Amino acid sequence: MTRILKYVAIDILKNKVVIAYAVMLALFSWSAFSLEDNAAKGVLTVLNIILLTVPLMSVLFATIYVYNSNEFIELLVSHPVKRSKIWKALFTGLALSMVAAYIVGAGIPLLIFADWDVALIMIAAGSLLSVIFVAVAFLSSIITRDKAKGIGISIMLWLYFALLFDGLVLFIFFQFSDYPVEKLVVMLSALSPVDLCRILILLRLDVSAMMGYTGAVFKNFFGTNTGLVLSFSLLLLWVLVPFYVSMRKFKKKDL
Amino acid sequence: MIEVKNISKRFGKLKALDHLDLQLQKGECIALIGPNGCGKTTLIKCILGMVLPDEGEIIFDGKNIRNDDGYRRHIGYMPQIGRYPENMTIGHVLDMIKGIRNDSSLLDEDLYHRFEIAGMLDKRMRTLSGGTTQKVSAILAFLFSPKVLILDEPTAGLDPVAAEILKEKIISAKNEGRLILITSHLLSELEDIVSQVIFMQEGKLILHKDVTELKFVTGQNSIARSIIHLLKSES
Repeated sequence: MTRILKYVAIDILKNKVVIAYAVMLALFSWSAFSLEDNAAKGVLTVLNIILLTVPLMSVLFATIYVYNSNEFIELLVSHPVKRSKIWKALFTGLALSMVAAYIVGAGIPLLIFADWDVALIMIAAGSLLSVIFVAVAFLSSIITRDKAKGIGISIMLWLYFALLFDGLVLFIFFQFSDYPVEKLVVMLSALSPVDLCRILILLRLDVSAMMGYTGAVFKNFFGTNTGLVLSFSLLLLWVLVPFYVSMRKFKKKDL
Repeated sequence: MIEVKNISKRFGKLKALDHLDLQLQKGECIALIGPNGCGKTTLIKCILGMVLPDEGEIIFDGKNIRNDDGYRRHIGYMPQIGRYPENMTIGHVLDMIKGIRNDSSLLDEDLYHRFEIAGMLDKRMRTLSGGTTQKVSAILAFLFSPKVLILDEPTAGLDPVAAEILKEKIISAKNEGRLILITSHLLSELEDIVSQVIFMQEGKLILHKDVTELKFVTGQNSIARSIIHLLKSES
């Protein structure tokens, strides 16, 4: 498996799209930090960029890569190697490469400009987001044989997690603002990895003091150590569940 | 060597394989022919474990292949269209497959030398022509001296010189007592290689015969003519 993983990773890291992605992240991050005189404001700008682009790139690139590897997967399957190993090697290769691109692009400027604890949690969250959306991509590319449909599903999932989900939660929050729904909202936001990451990072920043009552509710839950451990475990579940579902399907798939 | 027992496979409404029975013996070079969409590729993929049949079983060397990967170390497969990750070089691909096989026995690098691949190891797969990609696939199929060779349209896309080299290689493999399964549309290409013919139509086995017997029965002097003769007399 390591041999497949090694060459898949080399193949992806040489891919022009991945290189462009890293360069783009670097450009955005460096310019965000050098345009703002206040590093905290820079962090917020970078955060918003990361929460939109990292999931999109990870899910799209991984979906397209898996579809383009169809014949290559067939070739590998014709050799004496377990299907689960092939799938794991592909996944690890893709996930590692996307994480590497993210760390090179956004991680370095974060480490230089932002406070260490903020930088580290942003790197951790961004890396996890990359892996999560690679896992989501594996799921959507195994659901249908049709490449266009698969890419469509990936984009829909990204739209849902990155944009729509937020709106839905806000909608519920305002519609039921007469009732004590704070706990429910906390639980709901755990259902989207993007929102979970956003909350985790925002709570580390000074701006969380300005988030008012909701901020206090979140701080009560996510600000504690248990909350931190719990939310990172939730994020890990977001990697494991889609990936294992996709692997079970892959083992029985007709290539 | 390979026994196909009553296998069926459906893709939605399409019946790709319909209760197919086959016995493939070693030392034979078998041409698998039939019109487009008759189930040739599905059959090959079933033998390779890529497609899981709905019914029936495939026995390889006395063992059922379901839930087993080990038997594939005895198979060399050359796909019809080889597509490899774009930025891998030929050297990477060869090294990766060798790593998967992890075979300590002597490698058969005859084709590697005769196709003169050594000078192109650093070339990326994306930059290769279709013919060169086919050469890489052929090298991989023969590299581990497998007992069974499954070749899907092996000479398509190869230049005449390379096609001739590959044909010689197939014939010598047959003489060494290996089982070779070839699909091709160009019957004339197969004329001097194959010893048996399997003809399929709509997922069913129409005939499985020795070439000499086939020619004798039909009174024709080439495989192509005998098949056409047979089909005409049946309809």
